[in-house]
Amino acid sequence: MSAQPIQVREFHPRVQAALNNPQIRSNFRRAMDGLMTKRTAAFAGWDLETLRELGAAVRLRALSRLPELLEQLEANLVQQGVQVHWAETGEQACEIIRDICQARGAKSVIKGKSMVTEEMELNHYLEAAGIEALESDLGEYIVQLAEETPSHIIMPAIHKNTDEISELMHEKTGTRRSHDVDYLTASARQQLREKFMRADVGISGVNFAVAETGTLCLVENEGNGRLTTTAPPCHIAVTGIEKVVEKLEDVTPLLALLTRSATGQHITTYFNMISSPRKAAEKDGPEAVHLVLVDSGRSNIYQDQELLDTLRCIRCGACMNHCPVYTRVGGHAYGTTYPGPIGKILMPHLLGLEDTRDLPSASTLCGACGEVCPVKIPIPKLLQRLRKEAVDGDSLQPSRVAGHGIKRRWLESLVWSGWTRMHASPGLYRFAGRMMGRLRGLMPSKLGAWTRYRSAPKPAAKTLHQLMQERSVKSQAVKQESKG
Amino acid sequence: MMSDALKVYPAKPEKVYFYATCLVDLFFPDAGLAGVQLLEREGIEVIFPQNQTCCGQPAYSSGYNDQAREVILPQLELFPEDYPIVVPSGSCGGMMRKHYPELFAGTPQQARAEAIAARTWELTDFLLQVCQIKLEDQGQPVKVAMHTSCSARREMGVAEVGPKLLGQLAQVELVEQARPAECCGFGGTFAVRHPEISAAMVQDKAQALLDAGAEQFVTTDCGCMMNIAGYAEKQGLPLKGQHIVSFLWDRLQAKDGGAA
Ligand code: SF4
Repeated sequence: MSAQPIQVREFHPRVQAALNNPQIRSNFRRAMDGLMTKRTAAFAGWDLETLRELGAAVRLRALSRLPELLEQLEANLVQQGVQVHWAETGEQACEIIRDICQARGAKSVIKGKSMVTEEMELNHYLEAAGIEALESDLGEYIVQLAEETPSHIIMPAIHKNTDEISELMHEKTGTRRSHDVDYLTASARQQLREKFMRADVGISGVNFAVAETGTLCLVENEGNGRLTTTAPPCHIAVTGIEKVVEKLEDVTPLLALLTRSATGQHITTYFNMISSPRKAAEKDGPEAVHLVLVDSGRSNIYQDQELLDTLRCIRCGACMNHCPVYTRVGGHAYGTTYPGPIGKILMPHLLGLEDTRDLPSASTLCGACGEVCPVKIPIPKLLQRLRKEAVDGDSLQPSRVAGHGIKRRWLESLVWSGWTRMHASPGLYRFAGRMMGRLRGLMPSKLGAWTRYRSAPKPAAKTLHQLMQERSVKSQAVKQESKG
Repeated sequence: MMSDALKVYPAKPEKVYFYATCLVDLFFPDAGLAGVQLLEREGIEVIFPQNQTCCGQPAYSSGYNDQAREVILPQLELFPEDYPIVVPSGSCGGMMRKHYPELFAGTPQQARAEAIAARTWELTDFLLQVCQIKLEDQGQPVKVAMHTSCSARREMGVAEVGPKLLGQLAQVELVEQARPAECCGFGGTFAVRHPEISAAMVQDKAQALLDAGAEQFVTTDCGCMMNIAGYAEKQGLPLKGQHIVSFLWDRLQAKDGGAA
């Protein structure tokens, strides 16, 4: 954890490296094109706008009552036999999980997909404590084999094509080199199956935690989530505190939005609802179930009316699938657990703006993300807010995000003061415009970063101000003449 | 987002204010003039406030809201009468229509900013929906692609407008590029803050326009035009760009040429 921040800051070099790698660009382009097409097809015939309104309303309603819903969730789960833990930081969450494992004498853990455990780097933590943690989601499994981090929140290994995966598996697990996706999948599943049977603890994420019924919902496609939460004798579910919803029926629209937005599926292969450990008469299921509720900066976000919208996220990944920047640079370039648009608006809160200073500006504000977000998070607006925070740019709204003001540089401030003086004074502006036209031959043909890839724009000989002035003089003259 | 709000178009007015935007003013005044002339052709008197400078967006989108407000304050005084304000740019139009109210919320200028926002229209949208303009094509056959800026598309909700206007021109074939809704990579200061990502985006956009068989492209926004056409010029690609209103005006005039 402590080594991460330095790396996060190196945004530009990572971007450059990603752009120079044709494999990354083509892997992401192809994958994102596919995901966008599937999403569009999955929503065909749906009144998507109404559904998004509903999704947003459900999330907002839950957030507006977040503290009490969390308490209600805890009370219901405890009553049903689930042990609930609260962690203020990722580190605390890791400790709690380690302690549960150690109390059981657990030596091996099998994990379902969980971004919040990526966020707190749980695997490293457990390994340091002598506990083996194996990822069971196929994408996560590949990423773990490669000793990498996920490059996408839904499809962790999307940066790799079949060739690369085949080579990796051959090298690490001895499977033969093959282009046959079914063969590779079957091999991985075979290896994982044995681990499931031996694992002492299963750790999973949570998609929705229903307060009213004390139900943990888990959406997945591979059955590894089902196995993780039922085969080992102990299941630990880990979630950010924002994932709570009020009622069971709130899950319906969110699930409809999630699967379609994420992978273009009408429904996933598995949908797990977990509410208690194995009961006396039941034949399977874990004997102990824990829920770890992780704050890790989220309650800070919660304090701010505008930033609060960040917490609506249901982690579908649609914003990155549609992001023209993400598509070009891929997930690793961001250097953060969550990449893409959601990463840009969430990570500054988790890590502070000092380490994430280049993320909010790395967007054209094209709005593609906000347009597809199933819960209507105004992502461009939040990026704009973080840009403001990064330069302390608004005296009417004091900054509050950790590390604010980090991008305020005297030189840039000076440039903006000059720009302001020029444009706040119409006379000065017109004068400068005329001079630009007159001196256009002397305009530099090199304008730094702009002209590295493009020719420099040429100022016109006369500004529109001048042309319109001349026109009005002329028409005055015509009027005078016709009067005379 | 603008597309969320229902647009209520005004009746065709006698007069409008023309807010040129600084890029049009300094670099593409022909586009401004074409816009003015198209409005006049509709029998509308065009008022060009000589004190206009910039909508404030460069500072605003860089997070410098104080500076943006300082620049915008005098601009709020430019439109005293209740006429529509017509802007040849989705980006500056979006700034005025969507972001002025946010910027001045809770300040003494709130009401004025809101009033101006409500009267602001993107030029092609105004020509099509309010003026119900009819265009007679005088030009040679040409294949054209349209790039609608992201702000025109998503903030001003005018993605359908350009193609409809071009559709009125008998000799113009509108070709569609792959991923028409994808950003060209301009993004104002983004292009200089993150030049490599921007270059990768504009490279793909220029290629998509060429692959569509376009002899030239037209666009709602001079920022996108400078980006795409500037890239094509530097790389020696056969792709010229034009602001859509310049193109439309040329098509009405040209007796012997085609597009400029
Ligand atoms: S921000 Fe919206 S689109 Fe992006 S992952 Fe979250 S819910 Fe999905």
